Amino acid sequence: MNNFEYKQATNIHDALDLVNQKPDAVFIAGGTNLIDLWKYDLTHPSQLIDINHIPENDEISIQKDGKIRLGAAVKNADTAYHPLIEQKYPLLSRAILAGASAQIRNMASNGGNLLQRTRCYYFYDPDVPCNKRNPGSGCPAKAGYNRIHAILGTSDACIAVFPSDMCIALAALDATVNVSGPNGNRSIPFASFHRLPDNRPDLDNTLEQGEIITSIDLPQDDFSENYSYLKLRDRHSYAFALVSVATAFKLNGNTIELARIALGGVAHKPWRNIEAEEFLKNKEANAENFSAAADMILKGAKGFGHNDFKISLAKKAIIRNGLMALNPSSQLPGAQPSA
Amino acid sequence: MEMDTNKTVGKPVSRLEGKLKVTGIAKYAAEYEVDNLLYGYVVNSMITKGKILSIDVSKAMALPGVIEVLTHENRTRLAWFDLQYTDMDAPPGTVFKPLYDENILYNGQPIALVVAESFEMARFAATQVIFKYKEEPFQTSLEHHLDQSRVAKKGFATALKPPPPPPTGDFEKAYQQAEVKVDATYTHGTEHHNPIELFATTTVYQGNGKLTIYDKTQGTINNQLYVANIFGLKYKNVRVLAPFVGGGFGSGLRPQYQLFLCVMAALHLKRNVRVVLDRKQMFSFTHRPPTVQNLRFATDTDGKLTAMNHSSKSETSSFEDYFEPIASWSHRLYPAPHTLFEQELVPLDVYTPMDMRAPGGSTALHAIECTMDELSYKLNIDPLELRLINYTEMDPSAGKPYTSKALKACYLEAADQFGWEKRTPKPRSMERGNKLIGYGMATGIWDAFQFPSRVEAMITADGKMILNNAVTDIGTGTFTVMTQIAADELGLPLEEVDFRYGDSKKPFSMFQGGSAMTSSTGVAIVIAAKELRKKLAKKAREMPHSPFKKVEDAELTFSNGNIILNNDPNISVSFKDIIAFNKGKVIKTTNMGKPHLLKLKKYSLATHSASFVEVEVDKDLGTVTVTRAVTAVAAGKIINPKTAKSQVYGSMVWGISKALHEETIMDENLGKYINANLGEYHLPVHADIRQLEVIFAEENDELINELGVKGVGEIGLVGMPAAISNAIYHATGKRINKLPIHFDELI
Repeated sequence: MNNFEYKQATNIHDALDLVNQKPDAVFIAGGTNLIDLWKYDLTHPSQLIDINHIPENDEISIQKDGKIRLGAAVKNADTAYHPLIEQKYPLLSRAILAGASAQIRNMASNGGNLLQRTRCYYFYDPDVPCNKRNPGSGCPAKAGYNRIHAILGTSDACIAVFPSDMCIALAALDATVNVSGPNGNRSIPFASFHRLPDNRPDLDNTLEQGEIITSIDLPQDDFSENYSYLKLRDRHSYAFALVSVATAFKLNGNTIELARIALGGVAHKPWRNIEAEEFLKNKEANAENFSAAADMILKGAKGFGHNDFKISLAKKAIIRNGLMALNPSSQLPGAQPSA
Repeated sequence: MEMDTNKTVGKPVSRLEGKLKVTGIAKYAAEYEVDNLLYGYVVNSMITKGKILSIDVSKAMALPGVIEVLTHENRTRLAWFDLQYTDMDAPPGTVFKPLYDENILYNGQPIALVVAESFEMARFAATQVIFKYKEEPFQTSLEHHLDQSRVAKKGFATALKPPPPPPTGDFEKAYQQAEVKVDATYTHGTEHHNPIELFATTTVYQGNGKLTIYDKTQGTINNQLYVANIFGLKYKNVRVLAPFVGGGFGSGLRPQYQLFLCVMAALHLKRNVRVVLDRKQMFSFTHRPPTVQNLRFATDTDGKLTAMNHSSKSETSSFEDYFEPIASWSHRLYPAPHTLFEQELVPLDVYTPMDMRAPGGSTALHAIECTMDELSYKLNIDPLELRLINYTEMDPSAGKPYTSKALKACYLEAADQFGWEKRTPKPRSMERGNKLIGYGMATGIWDAFQFPSRVEAMITADGKMILNNAVTDIGTGTFTVMTQIAADELGLPLEEVDFRYGDSKKPFSMFQGGSAMTSSTGVAIVIAAKELRKKLAKKAREMPHSPFKKVEDAELTFSNGNIILNNDPNISVSFKDIIAFNKGKVIKTTNMGKPHLLKLKKYSLATHSASFVEVEVDKDLGTVTVTRAVTAVAAGKIINPKTAKSQVYGSMVWGISKALHEETIMDENLGKYINANLGEYHLPVHADIRQLEVIFAEENDELINELGVKGVGEIGLVGMPAAISNAIYHATGKRINKLPIHFDELI
């Protein structure tokens, strides 16, 4: 780890000023991903700006319009166990608790969760090529061991997966990301926050240089009646999703009025398909319709050998999680398949 | 005088050092506070095979606080002969010599040590050393190079790890003619030991060729000899200490490269130096080798095995022939007239594999016991019944009886505890909601080794007992168990006994492996204690007015720090008085314990186990949970049921890991392991472990050694992978013979 300068920001303006003065400075909140990257010399900032002491970023509040605002500095664990989130947005609570470990959730911030890097093996190994880490150097994952890699929205340059659980729920809930930057404040719809790799896999998201996430807004549609998060992985906890599904419905009897389905573990960003969600509108909530929606969501899915199984697994997961959402009490801890 | 009845052997005594460990007071190799310490960080090769063309250290050396970069170009002069690098556990071949020359033999090979005033500066400077390489083509895939297999070279290690026995009968003919047969291939991936304590060495440079070395190791004397031989130091001037070891699982049986590099830096700079590997570097040395096994077993229509062929090919490095017995195990369990056992190695461009908990046995028994399960379905015989049909008290491979074998009790007690009778044999016939339920069972067998061990035992002026032995305690409970044995032998309470260990200066112990420490050092304690009792009694008789003047040893009892007359417990002499009479000088003895080779020649020695497992498999999604497991172990006398149970629990967890989780993934295009961290190298977490039960079947073994013990460090693992695989077959109807089993294969 290189020597660096440590600065503490106590308000957003401080933070923006500091990063403006030193473009290779990085913000640190929980540091749960940054420190690992730094130890491996995948990043080597000359200045660290501590943003854990900005009070306005550190609360969960109800806005005038009834929306819930999650401060960017609030810890993942405090968010998941917050009474407002447990009651109104149980999908989000469950998705957060399906991720990482208790220790990591106690440190990790909400803003940082959005900015975590892929867990692609090759990205983390500075001795091998990687277009995300070193643009133009190549992608060994495509012809290598790609069990954990993407099946949707891949490009020639990159087949990496965005690893968050929390963000899959935020995508399904249609959250908004509020950011501040040198040109003032702006709000980014969640679907536009993360991006597909295309020919710039080095860019994970649409934040501009010098911008900082201040909060995340949750819309009034909370889907607290019918929701489920399912996470499939190689052990029952503390592993990243091979496939995860966040499903939320508004039902009238057994008829779907509104459907949201977001997939994790399959693409460079949380994966939603509006066409499939529209298809489910006014349909019976049953396995047959979930299956048809799954086919629409997975249209164009492509495996790279070791991850071919994800295509059929994702379909089965979408169907099962649809059924689980009809009976949220069937969900088990750790977002495991229902008993 | 009260007779002491507080014997502790056989009682579940809690670890004596437990509080030190959980409160962080216990110090490990990287934690010793040493003045003026320098920190070394290792640079590892980024290519798999080839040569280093040039090294540019200028950027690294220019960083503040960087003291030195050691490479093959500027290293200290070293020993000339391979033999001087050969440690006690070295397999046949040419031992790996770090920083020896420009040749790269495997990916991750240590090629430089950066020494700096802080760990972080050393780590950062390591990224700034620029190597230019000439890359050469490499071979790292076992499965692609099976055609290059050959028999293993023989050497010192062959004594404990013999090649498979010659064929018996006519296997091919018998197999062709058999009515019931199974032919199956089993594939296992690479596993890395990954003890939680990182490999680390702190070398204290004392001048005049003297070093004190705190090292993570399973063998203090092994590493002392290694360091002295390579660096030309006197044995007595090299002291290796390892009082606490945070797990080893076999990886500490050989000195690892951080020891070599740390000592080299300390001698080169004449300074105290510490080298700690990081987790990624824990994947840059030894491992359990990948294997491909083919088994062909045949039975008659009653289920009696008639023919067994076990053929195994496993990985080794290009420079050493690591061999662990795999092909020979089935004939130590089951009789069959026609056998053919073959085992070969495929040398690849990787580091030399090494013993990992139940080496060979856990690999082999997975294949053997899955093949037995498959036969049970062909025969329509219950899997447990098939084992009983082929049960023998003998070791068929040697034609000798076992010193003891309570395997039948293991089968029956574990089956009863598990509720095996509730099993309906048909695959996919049991379910619970969304889950298919499977029951599976398997047998385990493991060696019962004993090594020579030398113990110094003494009684001090305060009437307490001190014992000295170089053995380590790698978390198994050795310290506690040895204290119990010694306390009982001298009739002292545990707190009056001070067992001192983990120090190469103390009398000889082999490295801690092969589940052999309780038998090795434990027996030496029994022998030393016997001698010590004799000496104490003799000294007591010399005392003026001694009540024992005309009393034989057999008429005396040792209890609560006194020697007591059996016939009249009111007549006693205390240890304290004896030592006072000895002018305050300790009374001591040093004795060797060793196996009774001549007597034991007529017998075979083994521990046995039976594992029964219940799995749940999701009907749609394939996810697997081991919901229940019962393992019964027959391992002679159990000195401490609590620490012994912990060993078996740990082994059962490892069995779950081996069956479902653990694998180091080799990218064959790059020739390197790519999931070298504990986030992606999956060990089970709490959520994966449900109900585990351990039973110790009674086994009174009066032949094997003075204590009647066999060791429990590994046996609990051996049966588990096959029991899980068989349960998954029962649940799903799918036989997945490649470990670990990925849940997506069950959809």
